[in-house]
Parts: sequence; structure tokens; C-alpha cells
Amino acid sequence: MGAHHGPAKGLTRWLFTTNHKDIGTMYLWFSFAMFLLGGSFAMIIRAELFQPGLQIVQPEFFNQMTTMHGLVMVFGAIMPAFVGLANWMIPMMIGAPDMALPRMNNWSFWILPPTFLLLASTLFMDGGGPNFGWTFYAPLSTTYAPPSVTFFIFAVHAMGISSIMGSINIIATVVNMRAPGMTYMKMPMFVWTWLITAFLLVAVMPVLAGAVTMMLMDIHFGTSFFSAAGGGDPVLFQHVFWFFGHPEVYIIILPAFGVVSEVIPTFSRKPLFGYDSMVYATSSIAFLSFIVWAHHMYTVGMPIAGELFFMYATMLIAVPTAAKVFNWITTMFKGSITLETPMLFAIAKVFLFTVGGFSGLMLAIAPADFQYHDSYFVVAHFHYTMVAGAIFALSSAVYYWIPKWTGKMYNETMGKTHFWISFIGFNLTFFPQHFVGLAGMPRRIPDYNLMFADFNMMSSIGAFIYGASQLLFLFNIVRTITHGKPVSDPKVWEGGTTLEWTVPTPAPYHTFTTPPQLK
Amino acid sequence: MAGQSNTGHETYYVPDSSKLAVSASIGMTTIVYGAASVINDSSYRAGEDTNSGFILYAGLFWLAATLFVWFSTTIRENRAGMNSAQLKQSYVIGMQWFIFSEVMFFGAFFGALFYIRNLSAPWLAGEGAGTMNTLLWPGFEYSWPLLTTPQDAIGGVQAQAAAGHLANNGAFVGAEHSLSFPGFANIAHWLPLYNTVILLASSFTCHIAHMGIKQNDRKKFNLWLFITVALGCIFLYLQYMEYHEALFEYGIKLNSGVYGTTFFMLTGFHGFHVAMGTFMLLVQWLRSKTKGHFSAEDQFGFEASSWYWHFVDVVWVFLFLFVYIM
Repeated sequence: MGAHHGPAKGLTRWLFTTNHKDIGTMYLWFSFAMFLLGGSFAMIIRAELFQPGLQIVQPEFFNQMTTMHGLVMVFGAIMPAFVGLANWMIPMMIGAPDMALPRMNNWSFWILPPTFLLLASTLFMDGGGPNFGWTFYAPLSTTYAPPSVTFFIFAVHAMGISSIMGSINIIATVVNMRAPGMTYMKMPMFVWTWLITAFLLVAVMPVLAGAVTMMLMDIHFGTSFFSAAGGGDPVLFQHVFWFFGHPEVYIIILPAFGVVSEVIPTFSRKPLFGYDSMVYATSSIAFLSFIVWAHHMYTVGMPIAGELFFMYATMLIAVPTAAKVFNWITTMFKGSITLETPMLFAIAKVFLFTVGGFSGLMLAIAPADFQYHDSYFVVAHFHYTMVAGAIFALSSAVYYWIPKWTGKMYNETMGKTHFWISFIGFNLTFFPQHFVGLAGMPRRIPDYNLMFADFNMMSSIGAFIYGASQLLFLFNIVRTITHGKPVSDPKVWEGGTTLEWTVPTPAPYHTFTTPPQLK
Repeated sequence: MAGQSNTGHETYYVPDSSKLAVSASIGMTTIVYGAASVINDSSYRAGEDTNSGFILYAGLFWLAATLFVWFSTTIRENRAGMNSAQLKQSYVIGMQWFIFSEVMFFGAFFGALFYIRNLSAPWLAGEGAGTMNTLLWPGFEYSWPLLTTPQDAIGGVQAQAAAGHLANNGAFVGAEHSLSFPGFANIAHWLPLYNTVILLASSFTCHIAHMGIKQNDRKKFNLWLFITVALGCIFLYLQYMEYHEALFEYGIKLNSGVYGTTFFMLTGFHGFHVAMGTFMLLVQWLRSKTKGHFSAEDQFGFEASSWYWHFVDVVWVFLFLFVYIM
């Protein structure tokens, strides 16, 4: 039986696998490919915005680039990357032999590559690819959409099915597969954050499916969900979308919180400060994420009571989030800290995510948001949370766990170089966008007022630097796998305390076929 | 791989590598590509010869065949005793959360209905402060069921185009008559009431079947499960009659404005789920009848289908309340 022999050979190992580590690896490589694809769209955007005027692309194509950049990064890069980490780490962290439903696990993954191929192919269809922004507001995405929107809709359905199956699997694994003695309040924080994330996914991906179904019916079958002429309302789309969309951004950030909650204690050589409060804070954030969606639509013309409710509810989120930041800082306080690459990325993530959190607080204030809405300030805000918040955490996670995955140590100098170039490139890209946004530069435009020229040029240079640093990241990973210095100590990091540091390095194909006993 | 390992702890069955997932993905991708092509062809290339229909049906067939093998495999594994109690619990959790995701899917459509009825449609008619809608849709008045669309109120699609409205994405001619509660005098001809009784009754018969198998009474199980399936079929037939009535007598269509939209989408998705649930229960009945599957201790295939059935029933109660009565 499977438990007794290693992986099959060749391509079929990956096609037919039921092994959580294989599937995790595929998720991670797939997401990196999507990261480079979405990144190349970003490079086109920044190249066009390098100076005012139209130089490289036409506005129509520019719109397709901003749309596809967002879609590919959110659904193709960040989410699958965290699912990859979940696949690799959750069974090892809770002492389980595999994911609860291994064949469905493989299906969740193998839906994604053809779906994203289909999504990317819309760029070559008549009328071009989706050009209505990653939030695909009606009527831009219905009445005025290119024909390829139908393919986009079905692609969203397919990735939704993949996400729902993946999350159900994670919930079943965490609820049902914990080793004896691994009580809920002993679970590593990464597992906790993923349990809550999976709950959010199962709750809101069907709502997204509902939103795109309504679009499909409006476009092709004459319904009037989003058409006032028939008694519907285009704003309804925004409500349905953001009921999905706001939990979605926490789906992206909560596993990132989980990663830094593992990395910071390890390199501070101290247990996580305030573990219980971390669990409660994560749960509170998840709960609040369901009642704040309309803060994305303050300027759409809501009644004042709605503006106020969503404003106060949104500002409440700052409380559990701040609790988390304080906990991470207090974990480091008086710790015996070393600054290996994962720790550098984790600290930068905490710091830069907090910057994004503060700009989020500014945006949460309804009257102020009337100025900031749809400006580059918003772009700066969510890239501080998505890139520094999520992708820095992903880089941290890869450096942290790659010795366990491969049995090889990455090159520390190259890792630190990657970190510093990323850090500088990232801030150079996005910090100036706060200023141009506050000064009135709208988002999603290919051309802009001359007064924004200098900051935009800085942004573009920063983006090219950040983009190039990811190639260094890729090189370092490949180099680690092929030429990395072997490590065999189960406990790769001196401060590692979770269960994955008790199994051999590299982790054998099957771990915990019999559950470990926990005290 | 079930049973006891040498440490005395029951081990969890991790299946060998399997072609099922990739095969299912091939099916799903073909469906996705085929469905989008079929719809786009009918919208933008009407009358042209295309093969997109073939692609869609091939995909549907492929996925259905894969799922058949997949479910057969899991059933065979379970009957071979490979599933520990823990693995069975994984399936239970999986089904529960799948149903939760379905709840949220219906939630999106109910949410849309509530938003339109309580907020946006009244605003279109000029309720609330600071709206310009009375200028855009003069004469539009809100009532539910909405039989006069804003477009009707200003004189139809031509009038809308003449007024220079840019977002003119079709003609939305309101229905003549709604399917709401017709008053106690006409209640005998009101199909939704019959459907409510049928579906609620089917939840009871389903539960009786469940008790039957738990008492090891296969006869009782088969009989009451069959009755449940039959009630599901009757429900679907009545809904077909109702749709016929709606389309051809009451003039309710998908493009009859937001009443037709919400009516058909909510009852349509529900009807699709009833069909799914009926099919699932039918499969369980066939398994019991022809193969003698299920026992007093283990009847998960049936149990999961019955949970799904009760869920579909509860959705109907909400539909009955919010689409038909209120």
C-alpha cells in the first residue's frame, strides 16, 4: 500500500499523486508561475506609466493588463501559494498522515492549471480579455464587456470549485486528523489561521459564484439583476461582490499572519506571546470581515446609516489586528533574535503590513474616503497589504521551510540580498503612490497629469527592481534544490518547536503514518 | 490498509495514486470551455455551425463517467473495510461543509432578492433622500411582485432609447400576472402550496426510511425511500407545470424585469437542486435494492443524500415564504 513505498517515477507521479507533499509542491510551483505571469502584467503597467502620455500600449490593452494582473495575482498566485503551504505543513504540524481526502486534494489542484490557461487565453480572443478591473463591476462587466467575459465567468466558477474543495479538505483535516493530545488550543498558529481561512473560503466562494452567475444571466439570458431598466440595480453587483471580496482579502492575509506567527517565535527563540489572544483576534477578524463589505463602496450613494455602520464596523477591525501586531512585537521583545532571511521577511511583513493597516484606517473613514476613493492611495494601501503583507510572508515561509522540504539549505547571502532588494524595490514602488493618490491621481489609467511624473517614474523603477529581485528568488530556490548544502538535523532551526521539526530532514514521503503522542 | 498497526492505533487509509482527479479535471475543463463556447456562439454567432455543443456534452459525459467510477471506488473501499471510523468522519465533515457552501450560494440570491425588494427597487421609485431616480424613471412606482418595470413605466425600450439612456441592455417587459399567493378563494389552484406539502412530506418519508435502515428493516427502508424519490419527481413535474403556466399564461420570463429574474433564478436553482437530490436518493435506493448496500451501522451514502434532501427542503420553505407569499 501507499504508505510503504516512495513516490512513483516520472510525470505520472505528479498527475496521479494523492500525497499532500507532492500536491503542496505543485501548488507552490504553479503559484510561482502565476506570480511571474501576473508580475509581467505589472511590468507592462509600470512601463506604460513610466512617463506621462501613451508610449507602449493602448488604453484598451492597459485595462486588460490591470484586470488580469489583479485576477492572476489574487486567484492564481497568492491563494494557491498559501494552499500549497497548507498542504505541505498542516498534516506535519498536527501529526496527521496526510490530508483527510487525498484524491479530492489532487482534483483541487489539477483544476487550476487548465483554468488559468483558459483565463490567460482570453487575452487572445476577439475583443480582448477581461478589461473591467479585477472587481468586475457591472455594467462594465455585463453591458460593456467583451465576449471573452463568458470564459472569464466559467473560469471563476472552476477556480471557486477548486477553492471550496480545497478548503473543505483543510477543515476536515484540522478537525478530524489531529494527533492524540493535539487539542485545538495547542495547534500551531499557522494551522489555526488556515482553519479560519478555510471557513471563510467555504462561506464566500459560493457567493462569488452567485455574482458571476447573475452576470452570466444578465449578459446572455435577459435577466435584470444589475439593470435599473428592469428594476434591478448595478450597485447590487458591488454588494454581492464585496460580500465575497472583503472576506477574500482576509483569506489572503490570515495565512500570512499564520506564517509570521511561526517564524517570529522561532527566530526570537521564545514562544509566541499571547497565543490565546491570537486565536481570538483571528476569529474576530474573520467575523468582522462579513459585516464591513460596503466600505469599498462609500461613494456609491448609500444612506448615511449604511455609511456609518460600515465605517464603525471597519474601524473595529483595527482592534484585533493591533492585538496581533503587539503580540508579534512582544514575542520579539527580549528574545534572542537572529536575522536569517525568513525572519527579515517576517519583520518586514509586520512593519509594512502595519503601514498598510494605517492607510486602511484612513480609508475606513467614510468622509475622508470620498477624497481617496479610486485614487492611487488605494492602490498603495492594498499593495502594502497584498505584497508586503502576503507575498513577503510567502517568501518568509519558503525560506523557513525549504530546508525541511528539500533537505538542502538555501544560500543565506543570496536570500538576504533578495530580501533587501525586494524591500527597497517594494517601498520605492508603492510609497510614492500614497502621495500621487492623495494629490488626486486616479487608479486604472494609462496616462496621467504631468504633475505626477516624478513619483510615477520612481514607482516604475521600484517595480522593475522588485520584479527583478523575484528572479533572484527563483534562482535561489532552484540553486538550493540542485546545489544546496545538505542539512539532516530534524530541527533545522534551533528555535523550531512545532511538530514538523521532529520529523527527519528532508521530510520523508510519508510522515506520521502512526500519530505521534503529544504531552 | 485498515485495521490495526503494530502500535495498536488504527491507521488512516491514504489511497494510492489515482487517475480520478486528473480525469475529473479534464472533464471539468472541457465543460467550462464547452459551456462558455455554446453560450457565446448562441449570443454572437447565431445560426453558424459550431461544434461547441459537442464539446460541452463530451465534457459532461466525461465528468459524469469519472464521478461514477470515483463514487464506485469509494463505495468499494468502504465495503472492503478499508475505511476507519476516522476516515468515515472525514466524509461526514466533507458533506456537512459542502452543504454549508450550498447554503451560502442560495444566500447570495436571497440577499439579492432582499436588497432589490427592500432597498434598491423602492429607491428607483423615488423613495429615500437625494435620489435622482424620479427624473430617470418618471412614473415608476414600486410594488411587489414588480409587474411594471421602470422601462415599462417610461414607455418601453424604444422610449428608453429615445430618451438617450446609454445603459440600454435589452427590453424588460413586465409580466402580466404573478405567481404569488392568489388569495384563499383561489388557493385550490395554487401549485406552490401543493409543492410545499409534497416537499415537506418527503422530508418525513426520508426520515422514516432512515429509521428503517437503522432498525435493520430493509423493506421499510426501500419502501419509504422509494416514496421519497417519487415525491421528488412529483415536485419536479409540478414545477414544470408551474413554469409552463408562468411562461405561457402569465407572461413571466427571465427578461420580465427583476420579478421574473428573481423568480426564475431562485426557483430554478432550487429545482435543479431538487433534481440532484432526487437523483442522489434514487442512486441510494438502487444500491439498497439491487446490491443490498447499507446496514444499521453504516449508511453514510444514504445519510449524506438525506442531509442534502433536508437542506433542499429548508430552502424551499424560504422560497415559499419570500418568493411566493410575502
